[in-house]
Amino acid sequence: MYNKNNTLFIYCVFYFAFLYIPVLLLPIFSFNDSFHMVFPLKGFTFDWYIQMWNKSRLHQALFNSIKVGIIASVVSTFIALFAAKAFTRYKVKFHGLSYGAILLPFIIPEIIIAVALIVIWTSMGLKLGLIPVTISHILFCTPFCMLILISRMEGFDKSLEEASRDLGENSFWTFWRVTFPLLLPGIIASLLLAFVISFDEFILAFFLSSSDQTLPIYMWSQLRFPKKFPHILALGAIIIIVTSLIVMTAYWLRNLGQGKKKDFSIGI
Amino acid sequence: MSIKNYIKIKNLSKSFGDVEVLKNINLEVEEGEFFSLLGPSGCGKTTLLRILAGFEYPSEGEVFFDDANVTSLPPNLRPSNMVFQNYAIFPHINVQRNIEFGLRKENLSKDEMQQRVENALKMVQLEGYENRYSNQLSGGQRQRIALARALVKQPKVLLLDEPLGALDKKLREEMQIELRNLQKSLGITFIFVTHDQEEAMTMSDRIAVMDEGNILQVSPPKEIYHNPKNKFVSQFIGNINILGAEIKSVSNENLLIEVDCFGSMQLKNYQQIIENDRINIAIRPEEITISKISDSNYDYNFQGNVKNISFYGESTYFYVQLNNSDKILMVSKNETKEPFSENDNCFVNFSSNNLKIIKD
Repeated sequence: MYNKNNTLFIYCVFYFAFLYIPVLLLPIFSFNDSFHMVFPLKGFTFDWYIQMWNKSRLHQALFNSIKVGIIASVVSTFIALFAAKAFTRYKVKFHGLSYGAILLPFIIPEIIIAVALIVIWTSMGLKLGLIPVTISHILFCTPFCMLILISRMEGFDKSLEEASRDLGENSFWTFWRVTFPLLLPGIIASLLLAFVISFDEFILAFFLSSSDQTLPIYMWSQLRFPKKFPHILALGAIIIIVTSLIVMTAYWLRNLGQGKKKDFSIGI
Repeated sequence: MSIKNYIKIKNLSKSFGDVEVLKNINLEVEEGEFFSLLGPSGCGKTTLLRILAGFEYPSEGEVFFDDANVTSLPPNLRPSNMVFQNYAIFPHINVQRNIEFGLRKENLSKDEMQQRVENALKMVQLEGYENRYSNQLSGGQRQRIALARALVKQPKVLLLDEPLGALDKKLREEMQIELRNLQKSLGITFIFVTHDQEEAMTMSDRIAVMDEGNILQVSPPKEIYHNPKNKFVSQFIGNINILGAEIKSVSNENLLIEVDCFGSMQLKNYQQIIENDRINIAIRPEEITISKISDSNYDYNFQGNVKNISFYGESTYFYVQLNNSDKILMVSKNETKEPFSENDNCFVNFSSNNLKIIKD
């Protein structure tokens, strides 16, 4: 079987090499005892990680990113949850049109959204900073959250909600006792994905953040100084690992309970 | 003690957009009755059941439970519970919690709750299944849990939406008897939706036959079988031979008609047929006998030829083509003393009192 697909196999090897070698260079050079990112490697060091640990501006940027990420992911998941419920359970007027309108930020270039927001924000006389960055991230994350939650919502049987109504629960309790626990893996996946999207978003943050740097903006600002470059590699290596873990968790959760897994109940 | 009508449906219509799925339905169901809504898919039976449950609201008309108007009451406030077609067992909680689901508001102590759950599981013969999840149950077991979950609420009316449709034939037949026994012992009114005429016949006290949003006949099973009011009902329930007929003369007692293949016949006018009615003559396959020589015990004997024989075990169907005619009659027999094979000549015999007059 393998031999017959030799060409395909080679293609796959190149494909994955193309995808991952550039990314893998980051962690490799983050342990290299040199300011310059060139082969051959000089020696092994933890210096860059220690240096990174001591940068207070980095800490501030990291804290900003986490703050923005948490607020953006919670708000956009919240909005998406109600939108998903409306689109899958009720007859929405102009269904196709409004569906498209909500998903539109997917295809509008980020830079257009960034420019539009900066114009609106400054024309209202408001100061740039983390607040407009958070708002823009909510706007940008919501369609992703909606797609996750709509597919989750479509995956479960409407008659489960009807059964709950039939057994005496009103729509509020039906939501908390049936809809919410069944959607929970989707909700968590949506939160994680939105957080990751917000966390590494650059363009919107670049236009709107002013002096309150988020982590990607901080990294970009450090690239100008060659001596500061290696600790960005260390930071990058850590970000790769953490975000891959989050995305994998989100993906695992999204598929959780879709018919196979049995126990993810919460105590309501 | 007179049995009262528990459910009353008055002048009920329902439209989805331009499509009228229920047309001026009037229906009364007695307390403690096993009542079936029978009809082909798309006849409106499920919509009618969903209106009773409160999942749909009628476009016109009213629904009464025990003389209280429930037409606009939401499902959670109705004294009815439903067994869904796909059972709708909550997948995120176990059997115990599924059955407890509807008891939250009753403020039961832990022991009382446990007792209710145990009784419900006993009723459906699934003791010891408390900790299972939906995906660890077979179709038949899910069906029983759905039944237990609805019955634990002690409803006045149990609504069943084709609950046996997904089960295999043998299990379905067992469940039919079990459901019937359960209904008798609990004395709850059952409204049972099905497209399976056999199922409706074996279980029901009365059946409403529906087609295209209308109720065509409401009668006990035997009455529906032996005295169908129109062609659709007669054909939907069991097998039947239907022949076109033309009215020659009509009086209050008698009817002189010209029947396809059979020629002119005089029958009792038990259906109050009037001159302008369009009618058919029908006879069930088991009401016709087949023999090698003409049987003088019967009023009518016709010569024919056996075209096909279908053996069903408990009965055998003969498809007999009458001489000088295209018409094929279905004849069924429990046992065959006289062996027939295909293409044999034969006689078909029947009595005039087995002939049914059916309006078009």
